[in-house]
Amino acid sequence: MADAVTSRRENFDAIVVGGGLVGLAIANGLCRSLKKVLLLDEGDVAFRASRGNFALVWVQSKGLGAPAYADWTRRSAAEWTAFAADLKKQTGVNTFHHQPGGVHVCLSEAEFEKRAAEVEQFRNQPGANRCAMEMLDHDELAKILPGIGPDVVGGSYCESDGHCSSLYLFRALHEGFKGSGGRYLANAPVQSIEAAPGDFAIAAAGRRFAAPKVVLAAGLGNARLGGEVAINAPLEPVRGQVLVTERLDPFMPMPTTFVRQTAEGSVLFGDSHEDVGFDVTTKGGVLGDIAARAVKSFPFLSSARIVRSWGALRVMTPDGLPLYQQSAEYPGAFIANCHSGVTLAAAHAGPLADAIATGSLPEELSAFTSARFDV
Amino acid sequence: MFEAKLKTASGKVAFTIDGKPHEAPDGVTIAEAMLLAGLDHTRLSPVGKQPRAPYCMMGVCFECLVTVDGVAGRQGCMIRLCEGMAIVRQAGKVKLAP
Repeated sequence: MADAVTSRRENFDAIVVGGGLVGLAIANGLCRSLKKVLLLDEGDVAFRASRGNFALVWVQSKGLGAPAYADWTRRSAAEWTAFAADLKKQTGVNTFHHQPGGVHVCLSEAEFEKRAAEVEQFRNQPGANRCAMEMLDHDELAKILPGIGPDVVGGSYCESDGHCSSLYLFRALHEGFKGSGGRYLANAPVQSIEAAPGDFAIAAAGRRFAAPKVVLAAGLGNARLGGEVAINAPLEPVRGQVLVTERLDPFMPMPTTFVRQTAEGSVLFGDSHEDVGFDVTTKGGVLGDIAARAVKSFPFLSSARIVRSWGALRVMTPDGLPLYQQSAEYPGAFIANCHSGVTLAAAHAGPLADAIATGSLPEELSAFTSARFDV
Repeated sequence: MFEAKLKTASGKVAFTIDGKPHEAPDGVTIAEAMLLAGLDHTRLSPVGKQPRAPYCMMGVCFECLVTVDGVAGRQGCMIRLCEGMAIVRQAGKVKLAP
């Protein structure tokens, strides 16, 4: 039985749907220029990518063949340091952001050759903001990543890569939103959206919320919600699984794509890409492959104890790029999706939120509308 | 808590904690042996460096992690004490040399 919805409208300047990292970052940014911002969160039952991610702030290899995505990623990574400092100042929460560079480790000649070809392709790609990526052989890599195993052929290094604690980021954004006067409502899945240009009424938690602006940042839920404001959002879940060790003495000066040590010592092994639908269970075979790759990269990790594992769902478009769009039919309705909610958090809280507040998305984001799927 | 095991123990097991010799009744776990030895803590926590001792005694809380014969991070409550075991209390994070 559907909850009865009151007819009384509670008015806001903007409503953000989705309490993950994407929605929280945008909601934080909107508070700079709008007084009354409401964040509707489905709650902890949601398929929340934000609680399953690997927490890299990652530049290298993002946007191969898509210069606009490479630029957007690089811009966010560049703004992350100031973003983290602002959050710390505002909330007292340290997000442990570090940008020491990062490495993609290659475990065979074939992997190394493929990576080298991609780095070369990147160099020849148009765009002023290319990432300074370089291929390092085993000996060069061993100098910056002590402890790599004999199976490591080499890897690609990029000085712009880094990482953070995504859980502290999540907390900081919650605190920041609350501190800026934002209204947060949990356990409020959206039942329906009545859309008119510049006028939206959302039924949630038995109440009716209205605003001239609505931002859909509900991850996989946007596939359904997008339709309510005439935006095509073809999103699919891609599962990733992660293993976590006990806390170890710091040994990694920088993160890699598959092995990362947190500021508090835990080591994360990731991450798989599995097309299994809405299934967040963990599977022995896949986790075994993940562990084997981690141990080949750093053999001494074979004696580390695993204390947790989890599966979570990435939010993927058909081409893997973000989706940002304002509805043509219902101006004032915006959609935001990506699978890099950590890396792009600074861009979402900054330029994206500012653009939404002013009412139009900039030219640099025009490559990310769903028009690209209508071919 | 240990009465039943202590009553049925057939003999003594010799082992060391941080290099010092100890004895415990045969059949107890490492965590039980450390409590019987009268230790007020069995490790220091990895982030806050707080003293910690066995809590759940059933493999769930991970408070009793110790280094056993050179292998770090073992759950003391889940391992039966054996003759000659060298048990070391962990001070903070586990060190695995790269």
